[in-house]
Amino acid sequence: MRKEIRFGGFGGQGIISAGNITGKAASIFADKDAVLIQSYGPEARGGACSADVVIEDDKIDYPQITVPHVLILMSQEAYEKYSDDIEEGGTMLLEKDLVDEGPPPDDVKQYRVPATSIAEDVGHKIVANVVMLGALSAITSIVEKDQMEESVLDSVPEGTEELNKTALERGFEYGKELAAE
Amino acid sequence: MSENAIMTGKYFLNGDEACAEGAIAAGCRFFAGYPITPQSEIAERMSQRMPQVNGTFIQMEDELSSIAAVLGGAWGGKRSMTATSGPGFSLMMENIGLGMMTETPCVIADIQRGSPSTGLPTAVGQGDMMQAQWGSHGDYGVIAYAPTSPQEMFDYTVKAFNKSEQYRMPVFVMADEKIGHMRERVEIREEDIDIYPRRRPNVSPEEFLPFKPEDDLVPQMASAGEGYRVHVTGLTHDYKGHPKLDVETQKELIGRLVDKVEKNKGDIVEIEAKGMDDAEVMIVSYGMAYRTAMGAYKMARERGMKVGIVRLITVWPFPEGQIRELSEGLNGIVVPEINLGQLVREVERVASPDAEVKLVPHAGGGLHDPEDILREVESFL
Repeated sequence: MRKEIRFGGFGGQGIISAGNITGKAASIFADKDAVLIQSYGPEARGGACSADVVIEDDKIDYPQITVPHVLILMSQEAYEKYSDDIEEGGTMLLEKDLVDEGPPPDDVKQYRVPATSIAEDVGHKIVANVVMLGALSAITSIVEKDQMEESVLDSVPEGTEELNKTALERGFEYGKELAAE
Repeated sequence: MSENAIMTGKYFLNGDEACAEGAIAAGCRFFAGYPITPQSEIAERMSQRMPQVNGTFIQMEDELSSIAAVLGGAWGGKRSMTATSGPGFSLMMENIGLGMMTETPCVIADIQRGSPSTGLPTAVGQGDMMQAQWGSHGDYGVIAYAPTSPQEMFDYTVKAFNKSEQYRMPVFVMADEKIGHMRERVEIREEDIDIYPRRRPNVSPEEFLPFKPEDDLVPQMASAGEGYRVHVTGLTHDYKGHPKLDVETQKELIGRLVDKVEKNKGDIVEIEAKGMDDAEVMIVSYGMAYRTAMGAYKMARERGMKVGIVRLITVWPFPEGQIRELSEGLNGIVVPEINLGQLVREVERVASPDAEVKLVPHAGGGLHDPEDILREVESFL
């Protein structure tokens, strides 16, 4: 089953890193096929940036996103740019404090995660992207939490493992609560 | 990052990084280049990795000097490479011809972007395909690979090094921005890596003739500073490597530069064919365009269309015998390329006259819509 996930935000939020961790979790730790295509150019360095991940059980031929199943948007600009482009029945995760309340498109499940403030609470706002990944694992089962954790630990700088692990855990707990509502 | 020459394991790499790792695994220990998007990640990785494996990385002042340094590195005894994109590839053409004439083993990776000129620096294109064969003046055979994924960037960079040593010539890896920048799983296993060693002289320095061909039309090669005669020139030359500017020498030397590829095609040419047994239409594609074509092929088969697909792994020498044979009895051939019609001309040249050939062009900057390919397939059914 082909799943398409788009991460959007501004440069410095770890958007591309989140895409990389998700793709790696699927392709290295879950033995699925995954492709990451990231936005490339001046806009990726401060302005709007995005990372597109395609995950499939079988081999991926066409590597680009057609209509995303999941949107993870961490800035107002990304929300305005990408939020209309989502599959019916899709899932949207928003950075609660950085994206203004907007009505979800018809038949889209919308979840709001205060990722940056949770990240600050666990030690540093730099791990807001990892909080989002925890919530992603809790709300969708595209990438299981265990594999996401392996991928996070394989990707982050030495000495930040505990911080990232806690961020992932907190995001996962928050996501589970949202999904239960 | 591993400090081993062969970074065994499974990684989520982009195509540029995989190309650099393939080169190092194949024994590359000299890289000279000039930064250009979208190949800069190759140079960046090489600048980190070369010191770890006792190799040399040089950032040169431009592409002309980069390829010159690479030819020098090869004659100095190292497996050498450079990487560039369209504008740099154009600048390298004169010394690529020198590499062909002096039969210098090396690898040139061209990560193509939207073109001509500076075009679309950060977006995909396949506009340099003919340039790889015809870019430098004169007649010479060419070997060029068209990988379709980061894994193949690794595998075919290794192969490019081996073929460059086996046939003593520059070999091209013709990739593109999309493959260069996208990340996928790359598995590196030591047992998969065969090395074709340099064809060292098996005679004494007194007897050695650096341009006298062996049975497969390829001469042995000595490095500078080992006591063997090493005289190289871009002028037409005799077996000693000394200029000899006459019709007979020209005929033999240039004929051999073409024939060493042409007559060894059986060893060099690689294609992959699927679904051709009952096919009435054939899709022929390569590189990034093939990934979209493959998606279209699967959709077509699901809809019951009798279509096959052929991937050109070596784009040069063009697999003319294979395409000719596969085209017999077909209604049509569909050729998607991310340019406005390059290798389609080769397909037209060799295809059975009964099979009509249709290009599916894309000017660059993005990928085809699979439906555009399907529509052309359907028009033949």
